[in-house]
Amino acid sequence: MNAPLNTEQWLRVCTVEDIPRLGSRVVERDAGNIAVFRTASDSVFALLDRCPHKAGPLSQGIVHGETVTCPLHSWNIDLTSGEARAPDVGCARRYPVRVENGEVFLALASP
Amino acid sequence: MKKPKLVVVGNGMAGIRTVEELLTLAPDLYEITVFGAEPHPNYNRILLSPVLAGEQEFKDIVLNPLSWYAENGIRLHLGKSVARIDRHRRTVVANDGTEEPYDRLLLATGSMPFILPVPGKDLKGVISYRDIYDTETMIATAKAKKHAVVIGGGLLGLEAANGLKIRGMDVTVVHLGEWLLDKQLDVTAGQLLQTSLEERGLSFLLQKQTAELVGNDAGEVTAVRFKDGDEVAADLVVMAVGIRPNTALAESAGLHCNRGIVVSDALQTFDPRIYAVGECVSHRGVAYGLVAPLFEQAKVCANHLAQLGIGQYKGSVLSTKLKVTGIDLFSAGDFMGGEGTEDIVLSDPAGGVYKKLVIKDDQLVGACLYGDTADGAWYFKLLREGRKIADLRDHIMFGESAIGDAGVQGQSRAGAMQDSDEVCGCNGVCKGTIVKAIKEKGLFTVDDVKKHTKAASSCGSCTGLVEQILMNTLGSSFQETPKTKAVCGCTDHNHGEVRKAIREHHLTSHKAVYDFLEWRTPNGCATCRPAVNYYLISTWPKEAVDDPQSRFVNERVHANIQKDGTFSVIPQMKGGVTNSSELRRIADVADKYHVPMVKVTGGQRIDLLGVKKEDLVSVWKDLGMQSGHAYGKSIRTVKTCVGSEFCRFGTQNSTQMGIDLETMLANMWSPHKVKLAVSGCPRNCAESGIKDVGVIAVDSGWELYVGGNGGIKTEVAQFLCKVKTGDEVKEYTGAFLQLYREEAYYLDRTVHYIARVGLDYIKQKVVDDAANRKALYERLLYSLEGLPDPWAARIAGVQKNEYIPIRLVTAGEPA
Ligand SMILES: Cc1cc2nc3c(=O)[nH]c(=O)nc-3n(C[C@H](O)[C@H](O)[C@H](O)COP(=O)(O)OP(=O)(O)OC[C@H]3O[C@@H](n4cnc5c(N)ncnc54)[C@H](O)[C@@H]3O)c2cc1C
Ligand code: SF4
Ligand code: FES
Repeated sequence: MNAPLNTEQWLRVCTVEDIPRLGSRVVERDAGNIAVFRTASDSVFALLDRCPHKAGPLSQGIVHGETVTCPLHSWNIDLTSGEARAPDVGCARRYPVRVENGEVFLALASP
Repeated sequence: MKKPKLVVVGNGMAGIRTVEELLTLAPDLYEITVFGAEPHPNYNRILLSPVLAGEQEFKDIVLNPLSWYAENGIRLHLGKSVARIDRHRRTVVANDGTEEPYDRLLLATGSMPFILPVPGKDLKGVISYRDIYDTETMIATAKAKKHAVVIGGGLLGLEAANGLKIRGMDVTVVHLGEWLLDKQLDVTAGQLLQTSLEERGLSFLLQKQTAELVGNDAGEVTAVRFKDGDEVAADLVVMAVGIRPNTALAESAGLHCNRGIVVSDALQTFDPRIYAVGECVSHRGVAYGLVAPLFEQAKVCANHLAQLGIGQYKGSVLSTKLKVTGIDLFSAGDFMGGEGTEDIVLSDPAGGVYKKLVIKDDQLVGACLYGDTADGAWYFKLLREGRKIADLRDHIMFGESAIGDAGVQGQSRAGAMQDSDEVCGCNGVCKGTIVKAIKEKGLFTVDDVKKHTKAASSCGSCTGLVEQILMNTLGSSFQETPKTKAVCGCTDHNHGEVRKAIREHHLTSHKAVYDFLEWRTPNGCATCRPAVNYYLISTWPKEAVDDPQSRFVNERVHANIQKDGTFSVIPQMKGGVTNSSELRRIADVADKYHVPMVKVTGGQRIDLLGVKKEDLVSVWKDLGMQSGHAYGKSIRTVKTCVGSEFCRFGTQNSTQMGIDLETMLANMWSPHKVKLAVSGCPRNCAESGIKDVGVIAVDSGWELYVGGNGGIKTEVAQFLCKVKTGDEVKEYTGAFLQLYREEAYYLDRTVHYIARVGLDYIKQKVVDDAANRKALYERLLYSLEGLPDPWAARIAGVQKNEYIPIRLVTAGEPA
């Protein structure tokens, strides 16, 4: 993963094992919750927990491949980019993730 | 005790339908004997015309093969005509002397063709058109002779004429009226019909009265002579000038007849042991000559023969169609109009289309359609319902499509729609959007359209319409969606194939399925994973592992997600029965967790709406109640009425029956949601008629109905069978649901499943085959046995992380 810009800092959120495979956990934050996803091959991705369609909680969707399907109206969101898959158009904000020794770190912007 | 004896005279459509209805209501009540004058088992008389036209063969139109009689223990006397009824000794005697005693007698002798009383009517080559014998005579004559004359331009006559023409004869139709089908069509439509039949090579002589049939020395007919002196050559004369109820037998037995055997609303004759149905009957002064009303009579009559005593026949409104391939006409009700009626008429003779609607007191009372009959069924429905039509009047002529009353199938509605008309109500997609997407993105299938526009991706009720739009837009390059579609884009296999592979190759995990069936994706997608998960756990209970990550959020979390991401919680309330302590706990929970809305659901329980996900487990704990499974493709509720415990009409304890069923089915997963209801009497306060399984108590037991649905498209449940005890209700219900669980495709409701396999198949597996029923029932109990209540399990710690968010407490996190 890229090193965060100097205005961001790495925060430890949980271990990889805390997230179910093909599932997610929610990181609560006043500035908007973040959904942290784990794929079948143990890659971890983080997106703002707000679907670009009508703000559905992406964390509650079904994860498959590197995609999550929003639980409200089934948009498919690419976990690597946050982009909605065609034909839908929109983007959920993506957060850089680093996994070290089984620990998951998120890069969050400092003020 | 010996069974009472039921004797049926007349082995035709009405009599045998009554027997069939009776057998479903009360299979073992009677020892049944049937007399039939014809030497054939019951066949579909209606389809004689396609047989004559060479479109079908006799074997195709047999309704009840001889084996059916044997299987149902019915004694059949074929080729024996009953000559006498002895009402004192209660026996019938056939023309060959066969005698049978009866306790109940059913007369279903049909009608006799009316033969014009003209000289020469007994010549060779003069026949009527009533049975297979007549039909075969016509087919044989057509091979050898040239000239046919059909007397009578009604439905039967025209069908006969059309058939004879197709068989190569020169056919002249002689008709007394001013125009053809003068009982079914008005003059304009009648003339249109005549033109198009003339184009097929038929000749017509209207307003001609037959005076005499002329014969040769061999006694064969050679010509028809009319009152005005004209003559036409004829090697075959078919008389189709009407029918008369066949009442000779009844009259000779002293039963009251008046243009038909007179019957009550219970289809009972003046002798209470004797019932009558079919064309031989006169009910409230009307004798019917079409099968639809006869089948209604059969249903009611069977109900009384089965000693249920609740049916009433109140007469029928009729509609007609002519079965000549390629000619569409439809008429119903009072299509002629008269005093106090208004007509709306659309007439396009060049285009071969004519429609007339007759309106009286703001109701549709008649319809006559020629050329375009697509809306016949809709008009017929308006007519029967007697609906006020002021609001429809401007558009009614243009059919149902113009009203925007979108049904399930698109039919030819799509073409008539404006670009701004909404196609998909769920997703608010207009026709224009779909057409544009099809053209610009090169879409070919309904699936493409779903993906690109979301139309038809929710309830699916507009799928037919979308197919129509595709067809209209693409023309011939449209490919109909194959009946057996692939589950999703991850595979080419359809649901049936996936189910089969899981069963036959003992696949018990998602990975095994994806590997074995060579899925294109490593772990499926949001469409196929839930389906595969269901197939795995339903096929291999206690063996396959239920994968929560392959379940839609509601089933994973065991609560119903709302549009703001909160959840609704519905605790189980078996049979809709609760008590003060439960209500108090519900109230306390609502206060403690600031539940914004508390609502009574349609399934007779209480919904707490707006609960935060992280509060779910503590809410469940404080409630101390079990999950109502109100969120899953699973058993939902068993709705009940108060039944015999309190209601003055109740015949059985419907509430307890509902509670027992809900207890039995707790935690059951299924292809789609499953709802049940139990009513204490046929007043049916629990709405059993629109449930997957509806139970209605009657004096002598319980009636079971299946395949009802109150959802997107209302479907009335169909009668499955009647049982006596509560244990049987459980066994039959359980067996039916297990069959559905084992065989239906994911997301098919029971109604869809039954539509695919047919109700007869269900009856065969669940009603007729006792051993199979028991086996199904046991498999259901086996797969439900030991399943934990999901809420209790989660209170005990299962999938804990699911409900606990990670909180960021680090100082660096901005507010
Ligand atoms: C060619 C043709 C086309 C038709 N097309 C249509 C159509 O399109 N739509 C429609 O709704 N209807 C149609 N009908 C009418 C329909 O077939 C009849 O309404 C229906 O068959 C009447 O049923 P039923 O049981 O009353 O009489 P039937 O089916 O005639 O049965 C009566 C039976 O009783 C037997 N029987 C009579 N007396 C005795 C006795 N004493 N002992 C023993 N057996 C006896 C007769 O032989 C006969 O087999 C058509 C009829 C014909 C002939
Ligand atoms: S269905 Fe019958 S028994 Fe039940 S409440 Fe209604 S009237 Fe009473
Ligand atoms: S909010 Fe996600 S698809 Fe609608």
